[in-house]
Amino acid sequence: MEIIEILFTASFWAAAIRIASPLIFATLGELICERAGVLNLGIEGIMVAGAFAGWMAVYSGTGLWTGVCVAMIVGMLFGLLHSTLTVPFGLSQHVVGLGVTLLATSSTYYAYRLALPEVTSPPKIDAFQPFEIPILSDIPLLGPALFSQTPLTYLAFVLVAVVAVVLYRTPLGLAVRAAGENPAAVAAQGLSVTAIRMGAVMAGSGLMAVGGAFLTMSAFDSFFFEMVNGRGWICIALVVFGSWRPGKALLGAVLFAAFDALQIRVQQTSLGTLIPYQIFLMMPYILSILALILMSRRAEVPAALMVPFNKGER
Amino acid sequence: MNTAPVEALALDAITKRFGELTANDAVSLSVNQGEVVALLGENGAGKTTLMNILFGQYTADSGAVRVFGKTLPPGNSRAALDEGVGMVHQHFTLADNLTVQENITLGARSLFSPGLGRSAARARIVDLSRKFHLSVSPDARVGSLSVGERQRVEILKALYRDVRILILDEPTAVLTPQETDDLFATLRLAIADGLSIIFISHKLHEVMAIADRVVVLRHGKMIGGVDTQDTDKNALAAMMMGTEATPPKVSPATPGAALLELRSVTTADVGSVPGLKSVSLALQAGQIVGLAGVSGNGQAAIADVVGGLLHPASGELVLNQEAVRRWTPRNAVQSGIARIPEDRHKTGTIADFDLVENAILERYKAPAFSKAGWLNWRKSRAFADGIIDKYDVRCPGADTPIRLLSGGNMQKLILGRVLEADPQIILANQPVRGLDIGAVNYVHSQLLAARARGAAVLLISEDLDEVMALADIIHVIADGRLSPGFARGEMTPAQLGLWMAGQGFDKGVAHAS
Repeated sequence: MEIIEILFTASFWAAAIRIASPLIFATLGELICERAGVLNLGIEGIMVAGAFAGWMAVYSGTGLWTGVCVAMIVGMLFGLLHSTLTVPFGLSQHVVGLGVTLLATSSTYYAYRLALPEVTSPPKIDAFQPFEIPILSDIPLLGPALFSQTPLTYLAFVLVAVVAVVLYRTPLGLAVRAAGENPAAVAAQGLSVTAIRMGAVMAGSGLMAVGGAFLTMSAFDSFFFEMVNGRGWICIALVVFGSWRPGKALLGAVLFAAFDALQIRVQQTSLGTLIPYQIFLMMPYILSILALILMSRRAEVPAALMVPFNKGER
Repeated sequence: MNTAPVEALALDAITKRFGELTANDAVSLSVNQGEVVALLGENGAGKTTLMNILFGQYTADSGAVRVFGKTLPPGNSRAALDEGVGMVHQHFTLADNLTVQENITLGARSLFSPGLGRSAARARIVDLSRKFHLSVSPDARVGSLSVGERQRVEILKALYRDVRILILDEPTAVLTPQETDDLFATLRLAIADGLSIIFISHKLHEVMAIADRVVVLRHGKMIGGVDTQDTDKNALAAMMMGTEATPPKVSPATPGAALLELRSVTTADVGSVPGLKSVSLALQAGQIVGLAGVSGNGQAAIADVVGGLLHPASGELVLNQEAVRRWTPRNAVQSGIARIPEDRHKTGTIADFDLVENAILERYKAPAFSKAGWLNWRKSRAFADGIIDKYDVRCPGADTPIRLLSGGNMQKLILGRVLEADPQIILANQPVRGLDIGAVNYVHSQLLAARARGAAVLLISEDLDEVMALADIIHVIADGRLSPGFARGEMTPAQLGLWMAGQGFDKGVAHAS
């Protein structure tokens, strides 16, 4: 019954929201790519690169928000590489994506060693601090959970709405969705499928990098290897869980994060002494798989996902 | 019209080469406002190339395109669209998961304008669909629409963009006769409104019905143009092919024993497509049985039952007077049933396989092509070369991927693959859909030849003319029910049309017995 008590503590929900934030950024990024018809498996590596780039920029003396921009630009450059290979060249999106992940991860580690050859433990930066939104943060339970977070978390939630509005309420979003459904329909209207897809992959990759930067600039205040730790792959699943819709993807991210926050706390209860802690570590993933099975039955996969488009081919 | 005609479109000496091949050789064409010009030509005559140049998808080597006097920049679809050139492709360019309205408004506004202007767009779509009798709901998902409705969306898409010149590439190939009539009614409304149309079709009676003028392309050259009132179907066919097209002569049939029978076969409904309702049908040696009807009334179920893809819920299948127990596609092929499938791209061939692989697709296990699990490529290749030779499959060679062949040549390969096995029973499902007249006559003559050597043929077609010309016995299928068999010449098209509309079945039971 300790579990029930945990569910009603503000600190539990605050932790869930915090854990969800990087997932929200990266899931939105992946969602944009896939809506345009490109599976971006570079996500894991791009998050690593973003985590390092943002942190390194701040460590070198820039402001925090400049650091976020630096991370985004680095992400967009990897997006440019990914989309150049997958869109105009039409290469396998699986192979290119994994290649980008390996390249981004290893070149980040290399850059880290080049930049900080002498350090044994990574230096710390002054990370984003929680900002209590007046009045709203005084609401019991909800206030401390939702409205006492860092500015980057607020940005993540705002972006969900922005992405949804752009996708469903603007001609640009319509063109992106159509590119993922039937690129021939886009080309028949005289629009460039190549430009739309490359733009979507670059924008999406930028968001993934910001998701990575959240880890070094908001959740923690330092960069260390393996800190992304498979979050990118979780986001790929969250996109499916969310049926390629921003709002449902947000729900999935928070749900996964809540499982994660819960298992940490359950480990410290009496149950934690009975059951090996590895079981608790597995829990969010097992529950995610179950939720995925339930949710993705009726998911509408973009029809042209992973289908390269060549103008003039039958 | 009293006013002097306004020239809407002028193609001026368009030449386009692909390597050795000259697809368009100094082709000139002019279309006036409010005029319907039909563009005729066999497969590979250069029609599609010409339209792609007009629409800015290809760049011509020389020549110019003018729309209402304004020369279009070459190779720029956007400019063509902006000048009011619209095209309805044979394969629709719609996104299934988007709504009708989303498909129509895609690209209509600048990508970076802030909103979609949804209510205004919606009002305009409703307006246009009322004005041109194109009933379709703006909120429906395109994926849930019928083929006819999707075409309405394509036309609405063009009208929404204030199209002034509309290119229709084989618009009726996928439509039922009723839908074709509706389409023509819509087009006439738009023509009266000043729209100019270029109509590409193989169906000469439709060309005669809708077009003011016909121009003919042959081997990339413009052969000439005539007003439809000064010509007839035979003359047009002759212009297209360069020779008089003679449909094969049909001699009286000499039917033998029943080779395959369906006895009171009933199948389950599949979605909105009705299943078969106690269908009995006999295929006799040396006879062509025609199955007429609007598509989606159970034709596919009959074809699948015969081909072994679908098992009857009740009733039985009788092969050579013996009821069959296990019936799979492999059993069907081994029992000498040859299948010419309805969709040659989807189920007839494997697009990226070459002609050799496609030729042995159904019979790779036969001793002629494999032994102890090893394929014999030498014999397979000889077999494919034989078909290419005998059935005049025009291709660069047997190792070409079959997707590069035109529809007619693809069908010839399927025909060869099927007929070379000397089948006893031939299931020909829409065997000439989308083919030009030369290829149609060829397929028909091959089916008649098979009949002459004693094969039983089941011909499924939506084209009533085709069924009436070839079939010795005609059944009509409507809503999963099969009419009694009518002998050649027993029924007029109008009478068969009533059966197709579902009338006559209730009193028809007595007639059948």
